[in-house]
Amino acid sequence: MNSLLTSKWTKVVVFLFCLVPLEMLVLRAVRGNLTANPIEFITHTTGDWTLRFLVITLAITPLRSILRLPQLIRFRRMFGLFAFFYACLHFSTWIGLDKFFDWTEMWKDVQKRRFITVGFTGFVLMIPLAITSTAGWIRRLGGKRWQMLHRAIYFSAIAGVIHYYWLVKSDVRKPLQYAAMVGMLLAWRLGSWIYGRGRRVAAGSAPGGEITTAETA
Amino acid sequence: MLVKRSPDLTYKDVTPKGAYANRRNFLLGLLATTCAVAGWKKFSYLVSGPGTGSVPVKLNGVVKWPYSTTEKETSFNDVTHYNNYYEFGTDKGEPAENAKNFVTMPWSVSVEGEVKKPRKFSMDEILKLAPLEERIYRHRCVEGWSIVVPWIGYSFSTLVKLVEPTSKAQFVAFESFYEPKQMPLGVSAGIELPYVEGLRLDEAMNPLTLLCVGMYGATLPNQDGAPVRMIIPWKYGFKSAKSLVKIRFVQNQPPTTWNIANAHEYGFYSNVNPNVDHPRWSQAKERRIGEFLRRPTLMFNGYGDQVASLYNGMDLKKYY
Repeated sequence: MNSLLTSKWTKVVVFLFCLVPLEMLVLRAVRGNLTANPIEFITHTTGDWTLRFLVITLAITPLRSILRLPQLIRFRRMFGLFAFFYACLHFSTWIGLDKFFDWTEMWKDVQKRRFITVGFTGFVLMIPLAITSTAGWIRRLGGKRWQMLHRAIYFSAIAGVIHYYWLVKSDVRKPLQYAAMVGMLLAWRLGSWIYGRGRRVAAGSAPGGEITTAETA
Repeated sequence: MLVKRSPDLTYKDVTPKGAYANRRNFLLGLLATTCAVAGWKKFSYLVSGPGTGSVPVKLNGVVKWPYSTTEKETSFNDVTHYNNYYEFGTDKGEPAENAKNFVTMPWSVSVEGEVKKPRKFSMDEILKLAPLEERIYRHRCVEGWSIVVPWIGYSFSTLVKLVEPTSKAQFVAFESFYEPKQMPLGVSAGIELPYVEGLRLDEAMNPLTLLCVGMYGATLPNQDGAPVRMIIPWKYGFKSAKSLVKIRFVQNQPPTTWNIANAHEYGFYSNVNPNVDHPRWSQAKERRIGEFLRRPTLMFNGYGDQVASLYNGMDLKKYY
């Protein structure tokens, strides 16, 4: 398992898998099979995959700990960048296909329609994270500050879920599913933070007490 | 007959250490397989698209209504695979698939309430009440898309005159078919079912208001509201209730499904109006299915000459 996770080929395969949703869209476009409302379909598909990749990215840390597979960290940046990639496609679909570069109308929408406001906010929050995702930027910012900054993904994910919830007319099952997943993943972090703090306090109060595991959030 | 059984568990039955130690890998494998299977199902659905729905029967002796729009008709395939029919699923591709086995025969519509001659119409009777006309109407959804459809039917007023409403009848309430057994997805639609809609009596009597039994030369496909539905072309699509089972003449404004679900967003009148936005999106423009750019939405969906007088003196921002 470990060798599978650390092999560079796994990374290549996972990368190609992450592109499948886009390939599906292209394949359907070529076949003229993008439903009766292609622009809506592209918008919904890219939006869906943005949320899915956000959930996958947020799942890495809990999974590393639960499955005791720290090597999973190798994939986190890739998943996060794919979330950003699909968000970019989603956003540019809205700009180029849906609104056809009607900037005044778009700006009105961003101000007036709260589901667009919150979606836009979530997207904008992802931009600095994508930019500072390189090793160079981790070094420049320092691990602690970099980690602080990248916690912004929590807010992006929450914004994404609210964006979806406010968009639907009446059937809120899918947005609620995303809400449950994001909620669980964030709750796990809160839990492990509280647990870790308890242990740190206990370890600190008993002189000579050992801290056996380093907790990571 | 003697059944030979191996005596007991022996050492060769012991799970090898490697196998049980690999439980985690096994679980991961199981997870991966499940995902792969689910992914493949989704994949094949995405590539091939949904099924084709039921096969409508050709309607004979249909005359062409002279006032049809000359705009390009939306393709039959689009009108039958892009549906809002929440009883059969809230995804637009779902009704085509899930309404396939919807039983529409036998069918009858009960007309009751404030009328002198309440009665039940069989589907056969409905098809013969008046000559069938093909009327090509624009159809605008509250979601911001529109289609052009050659509906078949006749003015709803034909039926109204037959049952003779009393002086108390001020409104007409429509009720759609709902049976959870045939429509198992209805429970998660997020709206109260059965679907109910309503019109003011004068709106119902307007000659444009269509009792619709077909489209594109044939009976209605299940996902488009078979076997009989309303079409009110100057109102947002959700006002045109599908698969009618009950028509009730009443004194007071009847409750309507989307208004119950969200009164702030969906009014009783819901006339197509580019100047009154839906709280969450603009109604100024619409995407005609099959076209790339949005086009401006017309007041009363372009039927102002026929219907604007119904709303003289009314504040349409208030009565949205």
